[in-house]
Amino acid sequence: MRIVIPVKWVPDTASEKQIDPDGLTVDRVSVASVLCPVNEFALEEAVRIKEAKGDDVETVVLIVGPEAAGPTAAKALSYGLDRAVRVTDDGVAGSDALGTAQVIAAAARTIGFDIVLFGNQSTDSRTSLVPAAVAELLAVPSITYVRRLDVTDTGLTADREHEEGWDTVTSPLPAVVSIVEAINEPRFPSFKGIMAAKSKPNDVWDLSQLDGLDAGLVGTGAARAVVLSATPRPPKAAGTVVTDDGTGSAASDLVEWMTEKKFV
Amino acid sequence: MSEVLVLIDHSDGKPRKISLQLLAGARSVAAELGVEVSAVWLGPGADGAAATLGAHGAVRVHHWDSEDAKGFVTVPQVDAMAQLVATTAPAAVIFASSNHVKDVAARLAVRVGAGVITDATGLAVDSGAVIATKEVFGGDVITTSRVAEGSLPLIGIAANAFAAEESGGGAATVVPFDVSLSDAAKAAPVTEVVLQASADRPDIAEAAIVISGGRGLGDASGFELLERLADLLGAGVGASRAATDAGWYPHRYQIGQTGRTVSPSLYLGSGISGAIQHRAGMQTSQFVVAVNKDPEAPIFQIADFGIVGDLHQVLPKLIEAIEARAA
Repeated sequence: MRIVIPVKWVPDTASEKQIDPDGLTVDRVSVASVLCPVNEFALEEAVRIKEAKGDDVETVVLIVGPEAAGPTAAKALSYGLDRAVRVTDDGVAGSDALGTAQVIAAAARTIGFDIVLFGNQSTDSRTSLVPAAVAELLAVPSITYVRRLDVTDTGLTADREHEEGWDTVTSPLPAVVSIVEAINEPRFPSFKGIMAAKSKPNDVWDLSQLDGLDAGLVGTGAARAVVLSATPRPPKAAGTVVTDDGTGSAASDLVEWMTEKKFV
Repeated sequence: MSEVLVLIDHSDGKPRKISLQLLAGARSVAAELGVEVSAVWLGPGADGAAATLGAHGAVRVHHWDSEDAKGFVTVPQVDAMAQLVATTAPAAVIFASSNHVKDVAARLAVRVGAGVITDATGLAVDSGAVIATKEVFGGDVITTSRVAEGSLPLIGIAANAFAAEESGGGAATVVPFDVSLSDAAKAAPVTEVVLQASADRPDIAEAAIVISGGRGLGDASGFELLERLADLLGAGVGASRAATDAGWYPHRYQIGQTGRTVSPSLYLGSGISGAIQHRAGMQTSQFVVAVNKDPEAPIFQIADFGIVGDLHQVLPKLIEAIEARAA
């Protein structure tokens, strides 16, 4: 069984975002970036499946991104995964979620997979579109927002979270799965894991190496979501802050404020 | 006449609150485009909702009356939408940016070659194109975008982006349609539906008021206090990652960069320091109130009203005062 885990190199949530001179995109090269924190849950889940099922399971980290995303591979491998593939090609730049899905789907097809295991969202764009779009392109079920996952040799059972609780579903393999952070508690990479990551296979591909990719559906020219303007959020004006006297009496000031705003 | 299709998210035979907000958003766009608003109801139960949908501006309800819509994961709904898009050639499709609906939109976009924009907080029309406003990078950057010329726009709307105002319309006409399911449609059956949410308390994604707690609550019992306050205000209850990781409240209510994003009219955070990872999930709220012992807590930087104090003193007094006002 092979599990492919697509991970994303994202601007650190805590970093300051600069809009590029084109006024449309955020500078992703100079901004401090990290492995998307949601991916850690997917990497952990992949390692747990491997630990439960043994060495028949191969876990492959997949990165689609520029040269600067290189450190993602070592970081992701340090969790205990087997190997990494990074797709780096100028033709990918400017892709929207659907264009990115084209690349991930073609790369997963090229690697070969039983499960493509995503985080349910990336912390930067948070569209959550990519997993289901990849599933459609690969013509397999999209078992998304999973809070519990049981994998057998031929299928899976999963609890899919929604606004009111969850649905328990079954699916054959191959399948695309996305997980939510409730699923597990990621371990910290061990020193041994970090050292071992340096010697694991770490391939870099370009788009021409991907099976069945229509390069015309990838990149800026193919993007079907077109950004017209991007502006930094204006800073918020300072609000009222009161200090309580230790008895909770400041609550009455709050009720007054809430009444004024018609919340009570 | 062309239509704007509004995919109605429904539960237990009723449109969810966000669906009526979608209709309000669709109406504003449809008027500018000179087209009608049609609701789409996948699964049984459209007849009982036709009056409500009509009152919120839907001229008709395209209805696929089949248990298959929700009996299998996503693909039957994609099949239905793809066939409806082919027969109605809509000007746009509007959907709720909730988890499972986004999956339908993503697969549909691939299937029919449409463009998708999710989590729109505002809509406009310019030269015949639908323009969506949305916030990215945890609310740090605000963008406007549209789909490429010649592509069908699939536009997902964020909760609370539009007020669910009635249009004064009569009952929508129910128009049944049949769907021929693809081979793969029944690959992944739903075997059980577990409803965990409180029937009386709104989900944090939809609630107009969100009451949220963090490490400063001290233990799980602190959330009982938050729930009492929430139920007085008709609010939803959320938590920071520190609180969900401690096991004080279920993960599904975690607000922040790895959890859920909320955008209520009022967000009241207690015992939450307001680290950037949390703010990424709530800083688009209209008003923010913070109660925290630490005057240096970053949440005060974005609070419209803050109390520096012990939440275990302040919140009981707050509950008392609101109860007194209600009595």
